[in-house]
Amino acid sequence: MTIRSCNTPPRDAHLTDSVVNARSDARAQGGQTSEWMPYLPASSSPFCPPGTDPSSLTWAETVAPGGYTHKVLARGSRLRFDDPGGDACAHVVMFNALEPVERLNVADTQKIPWQAYLGVDHPLLSGDGRVLATITADTSGQHDAFCGTTTDAWNLRKYGDARPEGPAPSGRAQFLKAAAKHGLTRRDLPPSVSFFQGVRVAADGTLVWQGSTGAGTYVELVAELPLLILVANVAHPLDPRPGYTVGPLRVHAWRGRATAAGDERFGATPELMRAYLNTIDYAEARGL
Amino acid sequence: MTAELDWGESLLPGRVVVDDRVAPNGPWSGVVRAGQVLTIVDVGGNQSADCLIYNAGDTAERYSVPDTITWQGNAYVRTGTVLRSNEGRPLMTVVANEIDRQDTIGGACSKESNTLRYGHHVMFQHGCRENFLAEAIRRGLGLTDLVSNLNWFMNVPVERDGALGIVDGMSAPGKRVALRADMDVLVIVSNCPQMNNPCNDFNPTPLRMLVVEPEG
Repeated sequence: MTIRSCNTPPRDAHLTDSVVNARSDARAQGGQTSEWMPYLPASSSPFCPPGTDPSSLTWAETVAPGGYTHKVLARGSRLRFDDPGGDACAHVVMFNALEPVERLNVADTQKIPWQAYLGVDHPLLSGDGRVLATITADTSGQHDAFCGTTTDAWNLRKYGDARPEGPAPSGRAQFLKAAAKHGLTRRDLPPSVSFFQGVRVAADGTLVWQGSTGAGTYVELVAELPLLILVANVAHPLDPRPGYTVGPLRVHAWRGRATAAGDERFGATPELMRAYLNTIDYAEARGL
Repeated sequence: MTAELDWGESLLPGRVVVDDRVAPNGPWSGVVRAGQVLTIVDVGGNQSADCLIYNAGDTAERYSVPDTITWQGNAYVRTGTVLRSNEGRPLMTVVANEIDRQDTIGGACSKESNTLRYGHHVMFQHGCRENFLAEAIRRGLGLTDLVSNLNWFMNVPVERDGALGIVDGMSAPGKRVALRADMDVLVIVSNCPQMNNPCNDFNPTPLRMLVVEPEG
């Protein structure tokens, strides 16, 4: 893809001394591309995941380093995060879009599968005994459900800056703005998980930074309920590099179907099977 | 029940301003003023005290598991652990602790999650989320105010391969933990009623909550 520069032209390049001229000047700016942007319609994505029919895409976007995005996805949607450069860090919280009081519960997500580290077939559980999403593919293997995301206090201490317009915005600040755009507030934000920058727990409890597997990995999920998903692409709190280091994050979603009885993962464990039973029970009752 | 009970005393000296006994399976809440010290006594031994903490003046600021463990770089809670809020600020500090490590990974039990863990036949049972919710409602809070919590006297190891779970406790009758409030905080506790795993040694017992005002 050819990326045209979107550097701001000099003042003299704009003729805006009347409404007609200002309108012409504004309209002349359309049709450009930048390194990080949503692609509309989604089927026009220059980065359609291999094997996916472009016409099935419902979301296609490259999230800027330090940026955030958010979307409401239908039940059954497939969701894919790509880390093209090896420095993305996708911090994620999700809600039942129909009743956002039901939301990601990281403790249940680790405890109920008896497994702290996220990987294929790991459910992202709500606090209501249901599966919000299931991880269906993972070529990274380096994720984190312990550390959550950064706060302004953390970034101020680490980088000396957490201003929204500055070079080191915090994950929580980005989540709060994304949440607000769906009518949610500080009270609605639970602890988050993150993809692409791994952390492991040593025997004495020490949180050990693993970092990235490298460029070109991806994670895929399936939405088991209608989801409101918030994504902040910000430096991981434990990233030991002194600078605020984060790369672009690619996001795609496409139409699909939720996990159902008969799918291999449905009965993979007794806990998973009952979680899917609860989820399908909810969906059936609501006519989803 | 014939188990030994040890009601203990405050871990730190001071003028006692709160001395409550929490019945097995029940909730508790109280405001602890900045500088005061809350001692929780595991009266019967290996009784999980599920715990949430809020900034009493702004309850949208509340206990955060990830902030607490990330700031200290360790997943376990011990003496010296600063219990941080979702904004990274100190709510309380563990100033004394009589067991090896305390848990903040295992979350709270609930009617809903019990169906995943044990089957739908336990859906009718009481759970910590019920206690939290009842006490939160009484304080003008609600479901959105319940987040991942602390579990005093519960043992949740993380093994090398990431295997994690609630195993036999390391506490005993009369063991205590003491928390100093770093700001005025609202503390909500569920005296865990779980009967399907060892977090209460399959035998829910009382807790004692003591708040002291340090003197001098």
